[in-house]
Amino acid sequence: MEELLGEFIAETRETLEPLAGEIVAWEADPSDRGRLDSIFRFVHTVKGSCGFLDLPRLERLSHAAESALAEVRSGDRTPDRKLVNAVLAIIDRIGEYVEALAAGETYPEGGDEALILALEDNEVEAPEPTPAIVAQQQSTPRAPARSIRLPVELLDRMMAGVSDMVLARNELSRRLRERGGDAIVDTAFERLSACVAEMRESITRTRMQRIDGLFSALPRMVRDLSAELHKQVHLIIDGGDVELDREMIEMIRDPLTHIVRNSIDHGIEGPADRAAAGKAVGGTLRVDARQSGNQILIEIADDGRGIDDEKLLAKALAAGLVTRERAQRMDRQERLELIFAAGLSTAQAVTAISGRGVGMDVVRANVERIGGTVEIDTTLGRGTRLTLRVPMTLTIIPALTFAVGAELFAIPRGAVDEIVRSYGGSVEVEMVGSAPVARIRGERVPVVELAKLLGVPSYSGGRSILVVVRASSGERYALSVDSVQDHEELVVKPAAPAIMATGVYAGTTLPDNGRPMLLIDPAGVAQVAGVRAPDAAIPAKAEAEEARIETVPTLLFRACDHAVRAIRLGLVERIEDVAASAIARVGGRLRLSHDGRILPLFGCDAAMPDKDDRVRVLLLGDGTTEIAYAIGEVIDIHALDPAFLPAAEPGPIAGVMLVGEIQVELVDCFWLFGQAGAGVASPERPLCVLDSTDPWMRDILRPIVEQAGYRVGWSGEGDEAAAIAILSVDKAPAAPLPAASVIRLRATADETAASAGSIYRYDRHGLIAALAAAQGRR
Amino acid sequence: MEDLKLIARIAGQEVAISADAVESVVEIDAITPVPLAAGHIAGLAALRSRVLTIIDTYAALKLGQSPRDGVIQAIVVTIDNHLYGLLVDEVVDVAAITGDPQTLHAGLSPGWAHAALGLVEHQDRALLLLDPARIVAGPLSAAA
Repeated sequence: MEELLGEFIAETRETLEPLAGEIVAWEADPSDRGRLDSIFRFVHTVKGSCGFLDLPRLERLSHAAESALAEVRSGDRTPDRKLVNAVLAIIDRIGEYVEALAAGETYPEGGDEALILALEDNEVEAPEPTPAIVAQQQSTPRAPARSIRLPVELLDRMMAGVSDMVLARNELSRRLRERGGDAIVDTAFERLSACVAEMRESITRTRMQRIDGLFSALPRMVRDLSAELHKQVHLIIDGGDVELDREMIEMIRDPLTHIVRNSIDHGIEGPADRAAAGKAVGGTLRVDARQSGNQILIEIADDGRGIDDEKLLAKALAAGLVTRERAQRMDRQERLELIFAAGLSTAQAVTAISGRGVGMDVVRANVERIGGTVEIDTTLGRGTRLTLRVPMTLTIIPALTFAVGAELFAIPRGAVDEIVRSYGGSVEVEMVGSAPVARIRGERVPVVELAKLLGVPSYSGGRSILVVVRASSGERYALSVDSVQDHEELVVKPAAPAIMATGVYAGTTLPDNGRPMLLIDPAGVAQVAGVRAPDAAIPAKAEAEEARIETVPTLLFRACDHAVRAIRLGLVERIEDVAASAIARVGGRLRLSHDGRILPLFGCDAAMPDKDDRVRVLLLGDGTTEIAYAIGEVIDIHALDPAFLPAAEPGPIAGVMLVGEIQVELVDCFWLFGQAGAGVASPERPLCVLDSTDPWMRDILRPIVEQAGYRVGWSGEGDEAAAIAILSVDKAPAAPLPAASVIRLRATADETAASAGSIYRYDRHGLIAALAAAQGRR
Repeated sequence: MEDLKLIARIAGQEVAISADAVESVVEIDAITPVPLAAGHIAGLAALRSRVLTIIDTYAALKLGQSPRDGVIQAIVVTIDNHLYGLLVDEVVDVAAITGDPQTLHAGLSPGWAHAALGLVEHQDRALLLLDPARIVAGPLSAAA
């Protein structure tokens, strides 16, 4: 609020200065429409901001002036000297009030009524504003402005400069590593690195702007539109303080405006219809912005009539946009998606408000051009919600990089559905005529061999990786590449026209290694390769749905000891190459110094990598702890069954699972995090026995028990006497658990007679206390 | 009228390019190829934090292919807000050349003819004045 107020003060001051000239000119010629308009705009803006900032006195003043000026504008009133004087007095008062606000003082009460009265169109001579206040105002020194305005080009130049600095830093870092460690130089360099990183972050922030600027135009638009359409619409705006790259704000202005227009025009019904439907006479339109990770979500929701997907389909059929066969196979969401198809308007008649040939297809295209998505959710009779997801900055997009031949390419991560191996057990690639088609879990997906399409040699030798992508134009196909490299956040710039002319690239990017890379445009590739997938992906679909089971995205990699292991992707924050010299055995374990932090390193205890080498590490995070896991290479990402065979004893491997025909060890991240937190493992840990048949215990309880300092054993294995056993009240164990003491857990929060003395299983504190007490008793 | 011109050698020929258009001269060592792009697009290279589109001037002038061994000099120009690097054999000189370019009467090969703005005189020699925008646009056949 404080910040908003500051902005309001700065803006009002800034407008007041040039306005002084306008006022004088208007005074000389009250019929001057241009002057009148700019004064009207000023009081209108002040009024709008005051309502928001809760400044009732200013609001009343500006409202009175606005009303009087509106009458003049509409021709109901001719401006006379008296009115000009009254308006001027109010504007002066606004200026004084704002100065008082800036100085943090309370503006003296009273005097407003007289000013407002003076505006009224009657013959009563209004009293002059009290001069005492003005005199007092002059004695107060004006607080210096705390914000300045800068030309955007200057910011862009600074941004480019910082990017150059980052690249120079990377180059220097490479050189330093090659020359070998000099502790003093390294320390100085680390400090420089930290400064550069901080600088980069603050410069990036200068590009950010509050989304307020975008939302501030909405109330007026909604008011005018609903008046024009004789509807009552109540607008609720939330999340105006969300920050977004200012270029991005410009890019979503039109789509947002269009969606709001649509909602009022087609979504919200007239008062009579609403009353008949048993709804409140006035409709509600919510516009809501919030940040979610690196994305901004903007939701536009109305409580109108919703969208009839059947009608939509009928229209699409009539327009020849879909075939009858395809129509029969479409589910509700797919039918709704038709609203984004080019050349389809749902309105009964083209209206002046939104039916101007700019359809939702343009909205979607515009949003996708900036790396965003549009989702639609509607309930017939209840309303429609559209969600725009856009990246926070225009220029940085999350991307997947992969190799084809000798070159690296990137593809927007948003377009990637999944990554599979063409030679895995679950995938089969067959030739249909001259075109390869992959069969992935029963679904047939056309394959585009990127090396062939681009005319470069492929190094995969037939063992390629399939990146299944969904282009914005709807095609779903598998891009066959040699190997998948990394997930990266890339700064993407438009490519030269001659490069864009190929149709397969979306832009260029400069990753940290300083070698330019091309960003592949999934829709362009589909078009150039001649993939026409909307229908092609359907045939085997019913089958696929039957076979659909819950899966967890899992990263397969070759470990340092050449074994194939798997790790749940959700915990992998980044994949990075680090210098082996950053790894050292200190404090009893291997640790990695990375970005100024020390992370416990797992995965290569036995074989220390060569000092001069680069080591690829997975950086894992659970939100609080960060650890590194050294690997040989990334194989690919699979959506795998959550189930696995638990390992015999707790350790870095949680268990074994089958991927295709291969047995793969699943890394136990909870154990790793537990180790990272607990420091060096103690062999003296007491044993705690859990029921191995209860998956909840196996997956959820176990890390907690281990963090409390126990080793976990399973019921029915070994005959070592356990210090403690944990039982579930509701689910009796298959065999009795021999233990010195027993903790009983119940699934419900409330204690019943049957579960007396037990602990609610999500009562973490109770559980840890009980575990600690049992350990103390020993 | 004084006008600075950059004098460079392309395929053994000395040519002039108006220095107004030239941002800098850089040495390029690694070029990322752009598959499917027109023949005169040699690829991409980095100029600090910016990406240069490298133009194969030989191909643009229909003279075959620019030599790509080792470090190559490129003239950096900005056209329509995009940065390009024109590969040259060598940048020879920067000289003030007075006078407007003269119309050319000799029969040039189509590649040269497309990119040439006219003739300028420097140290008693006639040099072709090339238009970087036309080189970037590529050979005539591609534009047609």
